[in-house]
Amino acid sequence: MPTSRPAALSGEFSFGERPRYAEEASFKIHGGCGLMGICDESGTLMSGIEAIKAMAVQRDRGNGLGGGYAGYGIYPEFPDHYCFHMMYHDAKAKEETEGVFDRYFVVDLAEPMPTRPVKGISDAPILWRYFLQPDPHKLENSEMTADDYIVHTVMLINSSVDGAFVASSGKNMGAFKGVGFPEEIGHYYLLEEYQGYTWTGHNRFPTNTPGWWGGAHPFTLLDWSIVHNGEISSYGINSRYLEAFGYKCTLGTDTEVAAYLFDLLLRRHKLPLDLACKALASPLWTEIDRMPAEEQAVMRSIRAVYGPAMLNGPFAIVLGFNGGMVALNDRIKLRPLVAARQGSRLMVASEESAIREVLEAPDSVWAPKAGEPVIARVKDMPWPIHGDLHLSAGEVSCAVTGVADSCEIVEVS
Amino acid sequence: MPTSLIQPEFRVEIDYNKCHKCGRCVQQCGWGVYSFNERPYPDDSKCRACHRCVTYCPAHCITIKKNDLALRDNANWSPELRKNVWRQAESGGVMLTGMGNDKPYLKIFDHLVLDACQVTNPSIDPLREPMELRTYLGRKPDSVEVEANGEGGYRLKPGSGVENNVKLDTPLIFAPMSYGSVSLNVHKSLAMAAERLGILMNTGEGGLHADLYPYGNNVIVQVASGRFGVSPEYLNRGAAIEIKIGQGAKPGIGGHLPGEKINKEVSTTRMIPQGTDAISPAPHHDIYSIEDLRQLIYSLKEASGYKPVGVKIAAVHNVGAIASGVVRAGADYVYLDGFTGGTGAAPAIIRDHVGIPIEIAIAVVDQRLREEGIRNQASIIAAGSIRSSADMAKAIALGADVVAIGSATLMALGCHLCQGCHTGCCSWGLTTQKPELTRRLDPEWGAERLTNLVHAWSHELQEILGALGVNAVESLRGSRERLRAVGLDKQTCDILGVKPAGL
Repeated sequence: MPTSRPAALSGEFSFGERPRYAEEASFKIHGGCGLMGICDESGTLMSGIEAIKAMAVQRDRGNGLGGGYAGYGIYPEFPDHYCFHMMYHDAKAKEETEGVFDRYFVVDLAEPMPTRPVKGISDAPILWRYFLQPDPHKLENSEMTADDYIVHTVMLINSSVDGAFVASSGKNMGAFKGVGFPEEIGHYYLLEEYQGYTWTGHNRFPTNTPGWWGGAHPFTLLDWSIVHNGEISSYGINSRYLEAFGYKCTLGTDTEVAAYLFDLLLRRHKLPLDLACKALASPLWTEIDRMPAEEQAVMRSIRAVYGPAMLNGPFAIVLGFNGGMVALNDRIKLRPLVAARQGSRLMVASEESAIREVLEAPDSVWAPKAGEPVIARVKDMPWPIHGDLHLSAGEVSCAVTGVADSCEIVEVS
Repeated sequence: MPTSLIQPEFRVEIDYNKCHKCGRCVQQCGWGVYSFNERPYPDDSKCRACHRCVTYCPAHCITIKKNDLALRDNANWSPELRKNVWRQAESGGVMLTGMGNDKPYLKIFDHLVLDACQVTNPSIDPLREPMELRTYLGRKPDSVEVEANGEGGYRLKPGSGVENNVKLDTPLIFAPMSYGSVSLNVHKSLAMAAERLGILMNTGEGGLHADLYPYGNNVIVQVASGRFGVSPEYLNRGAAIEIKIGQGAKPGIGGHLPGEKINKEVSTTRMIPQGTDAISPAPHHDIYSIEDLRQLIYSLKEASGYKPVGVKIAAVHNVGAIASGVVRAGADYVYLDGFTGGTGAAPAIIRDHVGIPIEIAIAVVDQRLREEGIRNQASIIAAGSIRSSADMAKAIALGADVVAIGSATLMALGCHLCQGCHTGCCSWGLTTQKPELTRRLDPEWGAERLTNLVHAWSHELQEILGALGVNAVESLRGSRERLRAVGLDKQTCDILGVKPAGL
């Protein structure tokens, strides 16, 4: 396996007395973000380079303070392992987190994230990944499902281990993110070496939270990953609502709540995907009033019960998950989102240019309506996604390969 | 010796050069201030500054001024305290008063400011975009369960929706004011306005007059300790039922409607003899424990076909735990009444010194219910001096689903806060049963003014939501992140869950 970490960031590296996240916390810039998502519904794999290409075109939608990707189907050698992508600000945080892993999990592989030095990327935290499974005895004693066990662990680490951050925690997927332009981040993480059937990408223009490595998109929980353009004005009540269900919104960002809300509605409350989208970007009451009686009763209850979960304000989000992807605009379409289809590929992005960079001749291109989800489902991966419905190793080829010269400097244009 | 040491509070001055000598002031005053002998002569000591005479004087020649009779300065013994000693030395009784607490306590609402959008979260223009205020009052399931309907859509699994909730077109209802304490025309105005606005009025503890039965879908019927007017028909007429445990203006105190206010109509509606004092005891004799409350809640649900049953409690310390018990006992909503709330009659000493502010009560109840994972199980109605749409927005941001307004509705109908409701002499015909006074309020006129008031506040709430960049009131509810405190101490900020301004 490649161990391409720059020497300065390996081993006992520590930030010492420097306040965490101080590098970005001192300024605040308003602007927008760029995003993309592509899913091949046939399950055919694509290199991460497709996502990088789509994001590079949208460079002006960010300011170099955050870029990231999520890929699905990328770890076929470990289809039943949860993969934790970890960010550590120092060795102590790593040690404490690994103590948590050792205590509660069976870790089958722990290794540094494969990265290469890239001009423009600096001050990276210590990046490691772990393929692990819950300790069977601990899991049984916990009386939780394996997924809840993972959620609990993510909340525990993010809220109580100073300097440690879970970038992703799902099966057969991973998030790759950091401070930099997204094309730089993609090269930094060697995304061209990964093969996945779904990719999402993000270019960040930090606004209300500082641009730190953990704060880049996607935000994830289990295999849910969210990239987001906009600002969720209902963050306050969304986060308080989630707290009642045991979620801890520790990252101070509105995107985090979207990831957790999808987990709550889809996995725990078992809402169908389209209804969950309707809960988060609800139709107006005037529309609900015009629906046929049965549908109206459903939507009235969805709206009344999930009012605190409704995402309000300007947003375009792409949710990635094992088995597909869904893109969703806010209720009155205050943020851009374009969709296109070419054969089995469904792609969404903030700009049509990003789509045309990847899909040479799309069959159709359209602007999804406000609150109308664009859903892609990978064939033979029916809902519910959670459980053991991952692609088998035979269906995808090896996703992670080594890099011969890990110290090559990549110029990103 | 003089009969009283207390000087009049107000001076009534008449410009006789302008006076038409028409006698309308004599006719309009419910307090008997004026006598007439070729021209009106005021007795200052009876004036309560209700301004009825001023409003209706065709010559605009009446001025009412505060009586600035000098009292030696004393920071410890305010003029009011001195007057109270004199009054009680004369009467030997408990001093009664009407309307809400008028002491200068810190009004927390006035120390909270709302957020506004700027660049990345753009504001929304409520004149051009939909701005939704609809609210469903009542118990909600934690999650909605659906099943495929076989036609590519979904249907609700039985019992997993909000069918028994009450729809409100705006998150505001009229607070309980009993028939008896207020006139039938006030009740009619409230009921007509509630129907037009798609909201609810509340009977208070005085029953529902038969004339208002057609408005039942817009009425909360109250069951208080006196059980006045409670019958199966009464319970089934209302859209929801409310058990009154406490009242913000007088926590731990029962009700007292003097016999003078119990005329034939009130007597029929309340199901009590005419001319007798109607005393609702401080405790419900059905409720001496939370188990008793649960039994009453479910008895009322059984009796009414499982309409929403709410419980009204006064804001007191530890109100979070009390509300939690109420919700766990099966209440569909908790009505929180803060200590600046109004009343028809209360001992002044209780009204002014017992209870806690509504802002604190909302914050702790909402937080407590969330911590216990039962916030979905009940709506929170906040009341107790909601004075404007800003108070409404701030109450909702702190965690209330709905606010209730009482004093503001009476003011819309003419009330000038003269605080004499308990006397039954209300010149505006509101808190009285004297036919010559009650006929002054035309229910149609009243309903129009109430409708205007609620429309105005609703539009203002929409403006606030637009400034906050959200287009549905549920995105403001409990969103304390959108509030900041100015001039509140840290502990109060922590209890409110609100950051100080600047953060």
